[in-house]
Amino acid sequence: MSLELQHPAVAPQRLSHQFEQIDQQNEIYIVGMWTFLVTEIMFFGALFVALTVYRSVYPDAFEQAHSALNVWLGLTNTFILLTSSFTAAMAVRSKMLGQRVLTLLFLGITIVCAFGFLGVKYVEYSAEFREHHFPGPNFQWSQTVSPSTAQGDLAANSQVALGVPKIGVNEFPANYQPQQLELHKRELFFSLYFVMTGLHGFHVIIGILVLSTLWLLIYFNHPTVDDYMPVELAGLYWHFVDIVWIFLYPLVYLIGKQ
Amino acid sequence: MSSIPLNPGAIGTGGRTRARENYLNIKHTVSSWLLTADHKRIAVLYMISISVMFLFGGVAAAGIRIALVRPHDTFFSSETYNKLFSAHGIIMVFFFLVPSIPATLGNFLLPIMIGARDLAFPRLNLLSWYLYMFGAVLVMGAILFGGIDTGWTFYEPYSSVYSNTNVVAVIVGVFIAGFSSIATGINFLVTVHKMRAPGLTWFRLPLFVWAMYATSIIIVLGTPVVAITLLMVVLERVFGVCVFNPACGGDPILFEHLFWFYSHPAVYIMILPSMGIISEVIACFARKRIFGYEFVAFSSMAIALLGFLVWGHHMFVTGESMYSGMVFSLITFLIAVPSAIKVFNWSATLYKGNVWLTSPLVFAIGFILLFTIGGLTGLFLASLAVDVHLNMTYFVVAHFHYVMVGGAIFGYMAGLHFWWPKITGRMYPEGWAMLSAFIMFIGFNLTFFPQFILGFDGMPRRYHFYPPEFQMWNILSSAGSSVLAVGMIIPGIYFLWSLRYGALAPSNPWGAKGLEWTIPSPPPSHNFDNVPIVTEDAYAYEAIYAAELAGDYSHVEAPIPLGAEAEYSSPAEPSKLPNSSEERQ
Repeated sequence: MSLELQHPAVAPQRLSHQFEQIDQQNEIYIVGMWTFLVTEIMFFGALFVALTVYRSVYPDAFEQAHSALNVWLGLTNTFILLTSSFTAAMAVRSKMLGQRVLTLLFLGITIVCAFGFLGVKYVEYSAEFREHHFPGPNFQWSQTVSPSTAQGDLAANSQVALGVPKIGVNEFPANYQPQQLELHKRELFFSLYFVMTGLHGFHVIIGILVLSTLWLLIYFNHPTVDDYMPVELAGLYWHFVDIVWIFLYPLVYLIGKQ
Repeated sequence: MSSIPLNPGAIGTGGRTRARENYLNIKHTVSSWLLTADHKRIAVLYMISISVMFLFGGVAAAGIRIALVRPHDTFFSSETYNKLFSAHGIIMVFFFLVPSIPATLGNFLLPIMIGARDLAFPRLNLLSWYLYMFGAVLVMGAILFGGIDTGWTFYEPYSSVYSNTNVVAVIVGVFIAGFSSIATGINFLVTVHKMRAPGLTWFRLPLFVWAMYATSIIIVLGTPVVAITLLMVVLERVFGVCVFNPACGGDPILFEHLFWFYSHPAVYIMILPSMGIISEVIACFARKRIFGYEFVAFSSMAIALLGFLVWGHHMFVTGESMYSGMVFSLITFLIAVPSAIKVFNWSATLYKGNVWLTSPLVFAIGFILLFTIGGLTGLFLASLAVDVHLNMTYFVVAHFHYVMVGGAIFGYMAGLHFWWPKITGRMYPEGWAMLSAFIMFIGFNLTFFPQFILGFDGMPRRYHFYPPEFQMWNILSSAGSSVLAVGMIIPGIYFLWSLRYGALAPSNPWGAKGLEWTIPSPPPSHNFDNVPIVTEDAYAYEAIYAAELAGDYSHVEAPIPLGAEAEYSSPAEPSKLPNSSEERQ
């Protein structure tokens, strides 16, 4: 096992009936948490695959659509989450060393950061709802589309779909409106954007619930958290939430920006 | 053979003497079952639940076979027919086959086989059962009050845009049940890694544990992908977001890719545990070490890993690129190799073995025969050109039923008979078990072999009406399904009967090796009084075989005096009693 931990002698630990030794129990908790995180990676992985596939099929529409996102708010959120990851790590360290007040402080900062992240996300989402960028019947795209881009994209798209040599643009019927399809491709981008950030936001909310519960339990000296393991596992989870965002931010907000 | 009383009641039906404390009688309250963290009790809860779901799925299957007796069926409306085959597929795949062996026999046996007191996360295990039940109730409710007509594959864009049935409720139910199987998978992986008894190295593990380990890898890596894919279908239906819908440039083929990325490995979730059971049963009743232990173990791992690289063979005719079709076809052929290794090794184990023909072994041999047919017809479907002809016909239906019913369910039945004495502490009537095995085998072949012919002649799957020239084969198939049903009802009856009237089971009725046979039947709730220390390889049957040849080995133990439980704690030598087993010679 490469996950060697210095199990602290300071914080007391309790052994469950199915285990023989405290080290075995700790390793099992850590390995179990990592296995769970593997399933989470596969969970988000499918969405990243979908995003990549559609980006390669509709490069122009995706570039235009993503430019409607607010990069600076995204960057702010990245800093907020990185900070919270640091304080989560510090909280685990303080708990291992049995420093109750510091643990409470660092956990508290982590929770505040998580709320801050959701607050920024709220500002972003409400702007996108105002501009009718939420997918569905009310979706609108007001920015002008240059006809050449739209037609180029269409032609490329036909090639992909039909596997036939490139079709000239003038072969489309006269009444065909490429803008309509263009609009829908942007809807596709915003669908993925909302599903991915929404799912990530859902994980942040779960994280807030977990961390707040731990904070309260530690505050009231509940025996469940005599052990440092709950904080350690919550910390692992929180780092995962952080790292999903680390991939989400560049792939959704940044790629395509020259 | 003589040592097993085939006539139940010969040993005494129990009840008169106070029973030794075990996981079943330690507490009797309802809450002691519903709030238990004991892996054995959770396994029993799962066993009851999946049996009920199997019954529902079987009723739907009976409906399909009734409808297909006549070319222009009027018994059901076409809408009802669509709902019947969808209900059959969804219930059987997600609520019976996927959890069947891992959550019941795996849950019960895995900790005992590796010498642990419980799984690594007992409460997660209980949560897994509750998630399963919640999903099952939701899905059954949706099916009974309205139904769903998308088939078990939920193909886009029909499922997200056009179907007017309870798609959302069913998908949410499947989604939740998916987390129950993830919980089981995580639990098994961690348990096998970290909780093996001293001396139990990886290559001393029983092959059932290897199979469960490989299964868990697939569950952990595959299930989340299908979960998020189905979640996106729900979001499309509910919020009108647009991920797979071609109306806004989405790609339904991407849905199929993501769906089959799980759902093809999922068929290995269903078959690998059965293969593990077959290895145990054959080694025991051939009284031999399994031939090529390492090969059988690694072939499980190879199937688990290669299984993730073959999903594209479900899309040969959907406009997938020809080159990826060729690669997927090639890898699909490759995955036949580890499956064949297993079949050859089981046959080689039986060869010149001292075969004791009991009902678990009959089921196991049925498995080998049927799985071989199912596997070989899979190669027909893996061939690009042949698949164009056979895709979406009854040939595919027959193929996967040979693997899923002939493979997975025969394996499950073999395991259920093999470990029934351990789980319940009662023997089942061997004669009836043999009879049901043969009835199931005949009924199964009568049901599904005609479907190969139907499919080859071009009858499409999932159609309510068919040309009259197919009627003869369909009638044969429907007749066979009623035989198959009888073959499955009989075990249901005698298993329930044995719970009360069956002879008390000794701790090792088959003379089998393995830690689970060193503790009493049924096991005490903490499994082992002392952690066992393993000093020999799995399947070291030489000693038992030699003892049986010498005529000084019996499977029946001396009666256990009350209060002498401690004697059970050490994996002692086989008890030597002057009761020989000449009939086996």
